[in-house]
Amino acid sequence: MAAPKSVAVFFAVLNLISLLPFIAFSFSPDQPTDRKILVLLDDLSLKSSHSIFFNTLQSRGFDLDFKLADDPSIAVKRYGQYLYDGLVLFSPSADRFGGSLNIEGVLDFVDSGHDLILAGDSNASDLIRNIAAECGVEFDEDTSAMVIDHAGYAVSETEGDHTLIASDEFIQSDVILGSKKLEAPVLFKGIGHSLNPENSLVLKVLSASSSAYSANPTSKLSNPPSLTGTSISLVSVVQARNNARIMISGSLGLFSNRLFRSGVQKIGSLNKYEKSGNEQFVTELSKWIFHERGHLKAVHLKHNKIGETEEPSIYRINDDLEFSVEIFEWSGTSWVPYVANDVQVQFYMMSPYVLKTLSTNQKGLYHTSFKVPDVYGVFQFKIEYQRLGYTTLSLSKQVNIHSCVSFHKFC
Amino acid sequence: MVSSKMEKSPADLLASPGLSSMLKSLKLKTKQQELLIRVSILFLVYVLAFIARLFSVLRYESMIHEFDPYFNYRVTQYLTQKGFYEFWNWFDSESWYPLGRIVGGTLYPGLMVTAAFIYWTLRFLRFAVHIREVCVLTAPFFAANTTLVAYFFGKELWDSGAGLVAAALIAICPGYISRSVAGSYDNEGVAIFALLLTFYLFVKAVNTGSLAWGLASALGYFYMVSAWGGYVFIINLIPLYVLVLLITGRYSMRLYVAYNCMYVLGTLLAMQIRFVGFQHVQSGEHMAAMGMFFLMQVFYFLDWVKYLLNDPKKFHSFLRITVTSAVGLGAIALGVGTASGYISPWTGRFYSLLDPTYAKDHIPIIASVSEHQPTAWSSFMFDFHILLILFPAGLYFCFKRLSDATIFIVMYGLTSMYFAGVMVRLILVATPAVCLISAIAVSATVKNLTQLVRAKSKPASGGSGKGAASAKVLSKGSLDQSMPFQKNGAVALLLGVFYLLSRYAIHCTWVTSEAYSSPSIVLAARGANGNRVIFDDYREAYFWLRQNTPPDAKVMSWWDYGYQITAMGNRTVIVDNNTWNNTHIATVGRAMSSYEDEAYEIMRSLDVDYVLVVFGGVTGYSSDDINKFLWMVRIGGGVFPVIKEPDYLVNGEYRVDKGAAPKMLNCLMYKLSYYRFGELTTEYGKPPGYDRARGVEIGNKDIKLEHLEEAFTTSNWIVRIYKVKPPNNRW
Repeated sequence: MAAPKSVAVFFAVLNLISLLPFIAFSFSPDQPTDRKILVLLDDLSLKSSHSIFFNTLQSRGFDLDFKLADDPSIAVKRYGQYLYDGLVLFSPSADRFGGSLNIEGVLDFVDSGHDLILAGDSNASDLIRNIAAECGVEFDEDTSAMVIDHAGYAVSETEGDHTLIASDEFIQSDVILGSKKLEAPVLFKGIGHSLNPENSLVLKVLSASSSAYSANPTSKLSNPPSLTGTSISLVSVVQARNNARIMISGSLGLFSNRLFRSGVQKIGSLNKYEKSGNEQFVTELSKWIFHERGHLKAVHLKHNKIGETEEPSIYRINDDLEFSVEIFEWSGTSWVPYVANDVQVQFYMMSPYVLKTLSTNQKGLYHTSFKVPDVYGVFQFKIEYQRLGYTTLSLSKQVNIHSCVSFHKFC
Repeated sequence: MVSSKMEKSPADLLASPGLSSMLKSLKLKTKQQELLIRVSILFLVYVLAFIARLFSVLRYESMIHEFDPYFNYRVTQYLTQKGFYEFWNWFDSESWYPLGRIVGGTLYPGLMVTAAFIYWTLRFLRFAVHIREVCVLTAPFFAANTTLVAYFFGKELWDSGAGLVAAALIAICPGYISRSVAGSYDNEGVAIFALLLTFYLFVKAVNTGSLAWGLASALGYFYMVSAWGGYVFIINLIPLYVLVLLITGRYSMRLYVAYNCMYVLGTLLAMQIRFVGFQHVQSGEHMAAMGMFFLMQVFYFLDWVKYLLNDPKKFHSFLRITVTSAVGLGAIALGVGTASGYISPWTGRFYSLLDPTYAKDHIPIIASVSEHQPTAWSSFMFDFHILLILFPAGLYFCFKRLSDATIFIVMYGLTSMYFAGVMVRLILVATPAVCLISAIAVSATVKNLTQLVRAKSKPASGGSGKGAASAKVLSKGSLDQSMPFQKNGAVALLLGVFYLLSRYAIHCTWVTSEAYSSPSIVLAARGANGNRVIFDDYREAYFWLRQNTPPDAKVMSWWDYGYQITAMGNRTVIVDNNTWNNTHIATVGRAMSSYEDEAYEIMRSLDVDYVLVVFGGVTGYSSDDINKFLWMVRIGGGVFPVIKEPDYLVNGEYRVDKGAAPKMLNCLMYKLSYYRFGELTTEYGKPPGYDRARGVEIGNKDIKLEHLEEAFTTSNWIVRIYKVKPPNNRW
């Protein structure tokens, strides 16, 4: 009797142990911050040349899994489950990935709600370009082109070809770049890209100055460059509709220890900074990308007649109702109340019949009350909250509105 | 029953002395014998009417047919499960998304309440029946009841012989069977019973002048109003009949009592039906009855004044003043009522009855329904057979013996025949009148002929059963014996009549079995070897929807399939067969006739999750969505002028092959119907992508879908379901 029982206990414990990592580290709606990240590298030396970036990630609790881009053991998915929450592609020259991963695999990874950091560089492969193009970012078609800025390059010992540029044209968003203002310009040496105008989700985070252009620095400019001025984006982000976040940079060097540490002085500027803005920029941006910031959740969508607490399945026209929802923001470690004065609810049937701004109690609860319009039909309480940097809140709850019937108990 | 058995075996009877004495005593009471035979015939007709309608159950299974019956079935289910009050308050969020439909206030509940009542009664009597069985058999049951009403009506009009013939004719008349086979659970199934009952009771009330019969006819009218929108026919025909009687000088107290009782009580009762409400006093379609009601009072008043005055000259001037002022007042009231909007004008449906071309020009949604098309001569022949010839003969007999009752049936026959010519489905309304009038013709002819035959050799009478039955009910008549070979001629004519009647019976059985017993939800075809092939694709698709889609999924399809999707698939639909909102239907029509990306916007705005199309290209099923497509374009274009019919036509011709219009080849309906069809070989010796329903090779074989993906296609490709993809994640 005793033996089988102990075996059973043993297996139960074994099960628990094997489950533990999943419980502790898997990405979940309750803990939106990523845990496990796969880093694909062109060359293992990148591990040391970009160690500051990787170390900050690891110190923030991320579990990094380094692999060569052509490692045949690469697998992001097993038995239909994703093994990673995030993917860092520091392999601008990889023509194909090892293992089972391919471009569709990367896009599926994103489309199932996971995050991606993609670094291109001059001579970026078609694979990297195609992934970027699928995310709404078009790298300059000329493979040898780089961003050149004769009026915005970073001062250095050698004159150089002005491809190391210092940019301080950041996106104006505390959510994406953190509340601490970036003082120093960011050093960038790499290729530029443009945003596909059809894509409404892609955002320019770091853009080139109006004097920049994209061309091959070694050859003489024969044709007008295809990308010029502020339309060149250096670093862009996409927040997909499923709230997966993508960062696309035209430079792998942006993340490197060398540029992190180097001082910066922009040409024509008297301010000389001891340290470039790269570390702060990349760190803060990675916090956003891996959902340590700017992640909202709306819960407890509730509606009821005034004076009641039960949620009815049907309202009568001209009923007075109360609506409330709780919205929290993820601080990186816990959910804190989200405070804003611009959250609106729609009472919607083909078009909004009621549109009201919700008032908040500063503790995450948003509420309002209104009168049901004099129209019967299938209505929805709809919250469509889209703010720069924040995850999109899109909730709806269906409810029937019925006119009053003469002789029954409802009236 | 015992005695009828005895009659059939006289040899056995004579063997036993006790029975023979019984027979003797039976023979003495001829009246009773006649009653017995009449009751047996009526009973047999009753049974016949019921079982003739069971072909569909035998051929297929006990199932609900077609489109509208599925809604009725769903409502009945709801009624029996949730009770009457819940039913009355039912707001159906599964149809007309997102508008919804207040079911309790937008239907004629008579049919459902009747079926639920039968169900509850059977349950009370401890018969464990399923509600579906009750619904399937409701129409045959009421058709059988209609034969009884026809008998009594015929008796009231002419004599009991005509009644029996009428019962027999209506029991198997295809025009009626088409709407009352088992499974055809539609309003018409009980409404024809109610219609004929109301007319019978009203004629009875006019004939007797009894308040009780007037009350009965008001109740019959109430039942009719609760059952079918066709009650408008009654409320217009009866005033018209009364007017004719007034003009022909047949005004009487009987008529006054019957009409007033029927009108006042009937109106009050009809107002209790929520869908009808105050229409009886507010809608233009009901004003004739009200006007006639006031006219009757004027007549009564004049009669009284005439009685008081005793002076024809004074009365004449009084008459002139009264009539002029009454008519003037009525006209002014009507004008003011219409102008102020208190009295609503006639509806489009009513107009389209009076003017057959109206719907085609103004209401495409009515014109698009095949049963609203004008009737072809062939379908008159198909549905009435010899009745079409007997009908004028019956009219002749009616005119020969004019009475209040025969005037009524003549008017009913003529008006309903006109309406039957306007719309195919109204053949149904004409059928009882045609049967009754034909029955008068048959009965009167056979009666006259048998009198001739019996005149010389009375003992030889009573040949065939039917002849004897008719002969028994003869009243004595004088015979004209001047013609030579009269008897032989009469016998020949009798044989002719019996031949015609038997042809009628054969025709009716054939039509019922071949044409009117198909459920249309399950399709049957003959295979190459003459074997029967069953296509059960509709139910396959609806079952798939029920099992594989989220419970709150919204399905867009053309409105024909709406009721079936909600009833069988249990999913929300955008539009359905209750075509109350033309704009909503036009939106769906517009989506179907737009390019895919434009359609995607429309579908997103309606929260559509799945699109369902019906496609007959593989099986050769011709009533599919491609063949209905021009109506979608017309209805869509009627509201949204961006959709133009000529864009889908080439030189006024509707094609789907290579020569088709470019917009046609790329619109959503074409793409969804023919997606992946170009890879399929449907017929030996034909290129892939050969459409068997239209007999052409399709013009666009390389169809790519961007915003939709194929979710399910049934085994014979009749129903194809597509899923609407969510917007691109990264764009």
